[in-house]
Amino acid sequence: MVRVLKLELRGITKRFGSLIANDHIDVVVEPGQIHCLLGENGAGKSTLMNVLYGLYEPSEGEILVDGKAVTFRGPGDAMAAGIGMVHQHFMLVPVFTVAENVALGAETTKAGGFLNLDDTRRKIKEISDRYGFDVDPDALIEDLPVGVQQRVEIIKALVRDAKVLILDEPTAVLTPQDTDELLDIMRQLKSSGTSIVFISHKLREVKAVSDTITVIRRGKVVGTADPGASTTELASMMVGRAVNLTLDKAPAKPQETTFQVKDLTVIAPTGQHVVDGISFDIARGEILAVAGVQGNGQTELTEAILGLQGRCHGSILLDGEELLGHSVKEVLNAGVGFVPEDRTVDGLIGTFSIAENLVLDRYDQPPFAKGISMSPARILENAKSRIDEFDVRTPSGSLAAGTLSGGNQQKVVMARELSRPLRLFIASQPTRGVDVGSIEFLHKRIVAERDQGTPVMIISTELDEVIELADRIAVLYKGKLVGIVPAGTGRDVLGLMMAGLSPESAHADTPHAAHADATGAQKPAQTSTSGAEGGDHD
Amino acid sequence: MSTTATSPVPGAPQPGTPQSAKEKAPAVSAKPVTWKVPVLLAVLGVVAFIFFGVMGPNQTASFGISSSGDFFQLPAIQVPAFLGGIALSVLMLGLAAYAVYLKTRNERSPGWLPIVFIVLFVAAFLIWVVGGARTPSISLAGLIAGSVTLAVPLVFGSLSGVLCERAGVVNIAIEGQLLGGAFTAAMVATLTKSPFVGLLAAAVAGAVVSMVLAVFSIKYLVNQIIVGVVLNVLVSGLTGFLFSTVMQANKAQFNSPGRLPIIDIPVLSSIPVIGSILFKQSVVGYLMYIAVIVVWIGLFKTKWGLRVRAVGEHPQAADTLGIKVNATRFWNVTLGGAVAGIGGSFFTLVAIDSFTKEISGGRGFIALAALIFGRWNPIGAFFAALLFGFADNLQSIVTIIGTPVPSQFMAMLPYLVTVLAVAGLVGRSRPPAADGIPYVKG
Repeated sequence: MVRVLKLELRGITKRFGSLIANDHIDVVVEPGQIHCLLGENGAGKSTLMNVLYGLYEPSEGEILVDGKAVTFRGPGDAMAAGIGMVHQHFMLVPVFTVAENVALGAETTKAGGFLNLDDTRRKIKEISDRYGFDVDPDALIEDLPVGVQQRVEIIKALVRDAKVLILDEPTAVLTPQDTDELLDIMRQLKSSGTSIVFISHKLREVKAVSDTITVIRRGKVVGTADPGASTTELASMMVGRAVNLTLDKAPAKPQETTFQVKDLTVIAPTGQHVVDGISFDIARGEILAVAGVQGNGQTELTEAILGLQGRCHGSILLDGEELLGHSVKEVLNAGVGFVPEDRTVDGLIGTFSIAENLVLDRYDQPPFAKGISMSPARILENAKSRIDEFDVRTPSGSLAAGTLSGGNQQKVVMARELSRPLRLFIASQPTRGVDVGSIEFLHKRIVAERDQGTPVMIISTELDEVIELADRIAVLYKGKLVGIVPAGTGRDVLGLMMAGLSPESAHADTPHAAHADATGAQKPAQTSTSGAEGGDHD
Repeated sequence: MSTTATSPVPGAPQPGTPQSAKEKAPAVSAKPVTWKVPVLLAVLGVVAFIFFGVMGPNQTASFGISSSGDFFQLPAIQVPAFLGGIALSVLMLGLAAYAVYLKTRNERSPGWLPIVFIVLFVAAFLIWVVGGARTPSISLAGLIAGSVTLAVPLVFGSLSGVLCERAGVVNIAIEGQLLGGAFTAAMVATLTKSPFVGLLAAAVAGAVVSMVLAVFSIKYLVNQIIVGVVLNVLVSGLTGFLFSTVMQANKAQFNSPGRLPIIDIPVLSSIPVIGSILFKQSVVGYLMYIAVIVVWIGLFKTKWGLRVRAVGEHPQAADTLGIKVNATRFWNVTLGGAVAGIGGSFFTLVAIDSFTKEISGGRGFIALAALIFGRWNPIGAFFAALLFGFADNLQSIVTIIGTPVPSQFMAMLPYLVTVLAVAGLVGRSRPPAADGIPYVKG
């Protein structure tokens, strides 16, 4: 069989200025193993892998391949040593074909530097057949679903003869079904002799597939764990203290319905219907969670409610008043609280102080303003009480918001939005890139807001979060509402719905997704033949 | 560049997150068919019908297609202007109606349709202009040959743009590269008494101008548009100063480069119409054809081209595969400058045999337009440049034969064509995704 390779990281330290991202990390990846690096966002896992892949130079420490110290000056060296990497954000050129992407950087040429793509096509076919990838070498990357793009990344590494494959948060963009397929692929790769370094913070997946688990916290290795360890044990190792993974949540007591969306359609500049005829409503004291794979219209849906989208049809009613066609300011003043999906871009102004960020929506209203002048003292006072209330870890409210960690930034955004009386609360990806400790806190606040009798809408691509928070679950697929199901609906059913199957056929299909009946198989095919990324691949 | 076209995937929610752009990935067929093309064609068709047809002149337009030296003579084409205008505009309306019909069935008009339409429109326009002139007769062969001549610097300029922008560096400095090439060619050719050495020197001068652009935009991350504009002003000022202080004072010693010979390939050059454009050119003219083909093959068929395009589309991806992004960009920009420099030598070594202030006269900017019109493709840019050369040449010929259209209106033609083109008549122009964005590691 193929040559196997043992990889050792000894005392790797990486500093960025005064920040220590990796602090004397030791990891040994045994040949033919799936080795998981478990840690929260920002723990330093990706930095470590970028060091290993030659993208960063380590400040200290050494990398050993089969016992010999090596220095990687760039990814080229790492690849030559048999290390391949699939990045969290795919490194594929969208306008190139699969073959061109795979060939890039390791081209086979005919005389005179002419490309020999036939050779690449043959290699893709070979790998594709061996692992059952079903990838067309001549398809354009931008036309492929995410799951297939990921396989192209894996092919890229295998064509370069990778003996160790680094997968950086590979499941972040996948549906649960795609995730299961990926885990299968990882096992297959392992059995054919490829070692895998699997970077993740998702405990279920880690437990399902790993041989060894190294836990990293704040740039340091805090220990190794056995895949047999319980999720609670793993979580507390990862966070550094005991965590309560299940949210104590009283059953919802829905009151009257005050928020209604009717036949909402949002048209993108390209003319595409990115939100397509969606209707739903939310009652006071209820959380509706919107699930779906990223990019299926969630962003546009929330932006439409807030008044950020240009071409919308339909109707959005809050307490009987139409929101559509009003400015963002009017919508906010109507009592809509909004946590945007990307806090660094839309939620905060990084160079402004925390105190200023806490009044971004009310800087011109009393008590923070008097006529045309602002009152810095009141703004700072407000900041103090919010910082206390939301447990934002910072020495002072006058520091720039950009200096805070992700979790604390998110608390600032949430504090701003929840500190005035609301009639509707929308939170998009409320805990993306947030540490486990803060997730606990943020989830509690969201439930508290519900219990005060506010209709709450959560948009999340993390199925765990959806299941945890939701009283009802709406699933979006390609801008359409696949269905609304009650909380407690099975993970597998939700997964199939996220791939576009209606709730009825999803129920019928589970647990044997492969035997999709006629209706189930038709559904994705209608919208777009190449876009179906769900159960119809097997 | 046009910001509307930069989003890598239609319908991507935010260009800022490559993630979401990828997920969208609609199949090509899912893109909606818009009314833009059918409506535009219908409006142009009606305009053509009214002006070139109904209100068309009553003379017969005559188009000569052979010149006296050709080895066989073809008779001139005689077209009754009124009937010709009606016939062509009816054809145009037919095409527009077909596009509308396709739209109602939600089908996309085929790619040839707008191109055929443009050809018909240009033909109708020609018949109308010539038919309304005092002497309703022009030489089509002369018109086309002149267009190619005027297009030579434009083609080199837009190839320079292709080489730079495909690698992700916006090249606004084409004008400066052309002008630098023109000046250096004149100066060095005079000093060495060899136009061929002048030609080489022009390439070097263009490359030097480009290297300044490369160093500032790639190493020091200065805004590429600003460096480009500054370079244009700098080269214009520098050559203007040297011209008035050195060249004008002693023309014989510094500004009499002599011309590059016209190489006439026997027999082939006597073929009517295409003979003189393909086989009776200066070295620079032949180089133009070679350059277009070489750049096209290089970009799309070789390992080098694949890497260049990757660097211009997704530099990070290229970097993770061990491709040196900034070095690739630097050498591409330099090469682009050399190509534009050769184009500049056309002014002083072929067109006329001396340098004057601002001899490039803004053609670098037209070359930029040709680059966009030609969709960042060497072949496309070549034909776009030809079209602009054609409009330019038509304007001067029309002035000579005396038509009712003021020549200033004709002079606007290339720019009007550009606006229509960039507005999306010939499909959406999509620049390389990382065009103009400096690459910083990490």
